[in-house]
Amino acid sequence: MSSAPFQGIRVADFTWLWAGAYATGLLAMLGAEVIKIESMNRVDQTRTMTFTIGKAFKGVEESPVFNTINLNKLSVKLNLKQPRAVELARRIVQISDVAAENMRPGAMEQLGLGYDVLREIKPDIIMLSSSAFGARGPFRTYGGYAPNFTCASGLANLTGYSDDIPNPMTGSTDLMAAISGAFAIVAALNYKQRTGKGQHIDVSSVESQSSLAGNALMDYLINGRVRNREGNRDQIMAPHNCYRCRGEQKWVSIAVSTPGEWDAFCTVLGNPEWTNEERFSDAYKRWENQDEMDRLVTEWTLNYTHYEITDTMQKAGVAAMPSLSNEEIVHDPHFKHRGMSTTVEHPVMGKQVIFEVPWRYSKTPVKVQKASPIMGESNDYVFGELLGLSGEEIARLVDDKVIF
Amino acid sequence: MSEQALSHLKVVELCNLVSGPYCTKLMADLGAEVVKIEPPGIGDEARKKGPFVGDMGNPELSGLFLHLNTSKLGITLDVTTATGREILEKLLAQADIFVEDTPPGIAEKQGLTYEYVEALNPRLVMTSITPFGKTGPYRDYKAYELNSHHAGGEGFLLPIHSSEPDREPVKVSDIVGDSICGLTACLATLTAAYFATATGIGQHIDVSKQDVLMTLVQNHVCTYANLGEVHDRLRKGFLTVLPMACRDGYIMMTIVTDREWQSLVECMGNPEWAQDERFASWAGRHWWAGTEINPRISEWVSQYTKDELFHRLQAAGVAAVPVMTSEDLAKSPQLKERGFFAEIAHPEAGSLRYPTVSYQFSETPWRGSPAPLLGQHNELIYCERLGYSRQELTKLATAGII
Repeated sequence: MSSAPFQGIRVADFTWLWAGAYATGLLAMLGAEVIKIESMNRVDQTRTMTFTIGKAFKGVEESPVFNTINLNKLSVKLNLKQPRAVELARRIVQISDVAAENMRPGAMEQLGLGYDVLREIKPDIIMLSSSAFGARGPFRTYGGYAPNFTCASGLANLTGYSDDIPNPMTGSTDLMAAISGAFAIVAALNYKQRTGKGQHIDVSSVESQSSLAGNALMDYLINGRVRNREGNRDQIMAPHNCYRCRGEQKWVSIAVSTPGEWDAFCTVLGNPEWTNEERFSDAYKRWENQDEMDRLVTEWTLNYTHYEITDTMQKAGVAAMPSLSNEEIVHDPHFKHRGMSTTVEHPVMGKQVIFEVPWRYSKTPVKVQKASPIMGESNDYVFGELLGLSGEEIARLVDDKVIF
Repeated sequence: MSEQALSHLKVVELCNLVSGPYCTKLMADLGAEVVKIEPPGIGDEARKKGPFVGDMGNPELSGLFLHLNTSKLGITLDVTTATGREILEKLLAQADIFVEDTPPGIAEKQGLTYEYVEALNPRLVMTSITPFGKTGPYRDYKAYELNSHHAGGEGFLLPIHSSEPDREPVKVSDIVGDSICGLTACLATLTAAYFATATGIGQHIDVSKQDVLMTLVQNHVCTYANLGEVHDRLRKGFLTVLPMACRDGYIMMTIVTDREWQSLVECMGNPEWAQDERFASWAGRHWWAGTEINPRISEWVSQYTKDELFHRLQAAGVAAVPVMTSEDLAKSPQLKERGFFAEIAHPEAGSLRYPTVSYQFSETPWRGSPAPLLGQHNELIYCERLGYSRQELTKLATAGII
C-alpha cells in the first residue's frame, strides 16, 4: 500500500464550520492524523444545522453535512473553558506539526492558545488562523456567514443577472476559503520540510474569494472601471449563455469562440435562415445582437434534451455542456467514471455518500478511510496512548467536565 | 533578502489563459522559480484579453495576463517541433514540477504523457489541468469556463438567490471558477512535491475542472444522494436571504440565532411588528421571512448607506455586510491594513496595483514581481542555463523554434 502524502503529519484541529474544518479535512484526506478538538460546550454548528441548505439535524451525530467536511478525522472532547483542558490542548499541540483554528480573532489568545504560547511549546509549529476578515484590521471583529462574506469579497456584486440584484451564492465560497487555508498550510509544510521552521498563517476567508476575481479587480485598478453583473455573458464570445431545453428546468450551456466554431454551430442547427443575416455575420455583430440571437437559439434548443444537444455540439467541435442539477450529477456517466464520489460507513447514519479529494494521484491514490468522527471517539487513544494519561485520570477528567 | 516558502522549487509551465497560469503564479509569488513557456510570436492567449492598460489592446498590456503571471520567467518555445521537444526535455530533467493543460487527445498524440515525463525525471511531479480530466466519456469534450461552471453544478442552483429563479442558470462571474481550479491544482501539486522531496517519488496529478467545481457544491450533491432531496431551484422557501437595497447599494444580513434577531430588533428601534411571537424562533423567522419579515426590514434598510449599516449593525452583533464592488475593495481600509493590494512596476505597463492573496505568512511573506514580457528570459534560460550561444539563439528564433 503506497503512503498517503501526509502520513506522519499530525494536526491539532481547533476548527469548526466549513471554512476551517474542510481545510483540515483536506489534510486528513491526504493522510494526516487530524485530531478535532470539540466540546459539548461548543458544538460545531455543522453538526446541528446547515444554513446553506436550510436544514436542522436531529442529533449531533446525524449531520450528513458535517460528515462530508470532516472525513478521516479523529475527535477528542475538551472543554476549553477549563484550565486543565487548555493544558491538555497544549500537550496535543506539543506532539503536532500543525495547529489550525477559525475562531474570532483574539479568541485563541484569550484561551491561552495563541501562536506566541504555542510556539513556546512547539517552536516549529505551523499555525493557521482563519477568520472572515483576517486577524488584524478595522473589520477583524466583524462576523457573519458564507453569504455575507460573498458580499464582502466582491463576488456577489459580480454574480447574477445584469437586471437583477447581487447574488450571494451558495456555501461554495466557504469551501473556496477552506481550500485557500489548506494550500497555505501545505506551502508552509514545504518550507518547514526544507528549513525546519514553522510560522503563523493568518487567512482571511473574504480575501480568499476576492483574490479569485482578479479580472474585475484589475479593471478597476487599471482603468477605474467598476464591473457589475453580466449574467453568463463574455467580453466577446457569442453565443455564450444557457439555453432552455426540452423538459422541466433543463438547460444547456453553449459557448462559441472562433469562426470555425460558429460555422459548426450553425451546421448543427441545420443552417436556419437567421444565421445568414447580416446582424449575425461576424463576431462583433453577434456579440452586439446576442439578446436577439439567444432568443433564436432557444427556439431550436427547446426541441431537444440538454444531453442530446451536448452530444451533437461536441461531435461538431462546439463547447456545450448541460447545466447539471444535483440529481443529474449523481447519475451522470462521466461523474460515475471519475469515481470522485464514494461511500463511507457512518456508525449512526449508516452508509453515506461523500466526495474524495477532487484530483487523482497516480502513485499515492488517496481514498477516504473513515467517516467523520463521533464526538470524543478518540479520547482514549489521544489522552491515553498519545499523552500517557491513565484510565483513572481520564475518568476523573470526564467527571470534572474537563473532557466534555 | 529573506528566503521564501517555496524558493527550493523549480517549476515548468506549459499553460494558457487562467487555471494553469494561476496555479503556477501562486507558487511563483511564494518564491518558486517558474519558467513559463509561451508559443513564439503570439504568446499566451490571455495576452489578447482585457482589461488592457489604457484600453490599448497590446499583448504586454493585458491586465489579465499581468495579474496571472507575476513573478515568472518567460520564454518562448514551440514544443511541437523536434528541437522544441528536446529543449523541453532539458528543462524537465532539472525541474521539480511540470504543470500543463494540453487537451488530453492532443497531449497523447504529441507524446506529452506522464510516462514520457517520468522516464526523463522520476522525481518530477506533473500536473495536468483539463476540463474533464484525462479519462472518461467527456475527456475530449471542449469546454470554456462557462461550460465547466455549468457542468460543475453550481450554475443550476444560483438563480435560487435571485429575485426570479425561473430563468437561465447563471455562472459565477469573472475568472473565479477557473482560478479556484488553479488553486486546487496547486494544493494537489505542493502536496505531491512534499512527498517527492521526502521520498524521491514523483507522480502524475490529473485535475478535472469539473471535479473541482462539483466539490464546491458537494453538499448539495450529497444531500440528494443521501436524502433523495432534489434541490428544486424554484422552491424559493429553501433560503430566502437576499441582499437588500440600501441608499447607495446593497447590504446582506443573515439572522440565525435568537440573539442576533434581538440585536437587529434593537437596532431598528424595537418596532411593534418585530415583537410578534411568530418571529421568536429560527423556524418561525424562516417561515415568515418572505412574506412578513424581509419586506419590513427592507424598508428600514433603504434609509441608510452601506457603511452606516455595516458598522452600526456589526457593533450590535448583527451579521450584516455590504455588497462590495471592486471600487469598494480597492478603497477598503481593511484591505489596506492587510496589505492585500501590492504595487508592482512592469517595464511596459508601468507601476500598477495588483490583488495579492488571502494568506499572510509570518516568516515567508508573499512577494510579487512583474509578469514577463514575451520571451523576456530567453537569453537567461537558453544561453546562461542551457548553454546555447547567442548565435544559436538567433538561429532558433529564425527557425521558429523559439
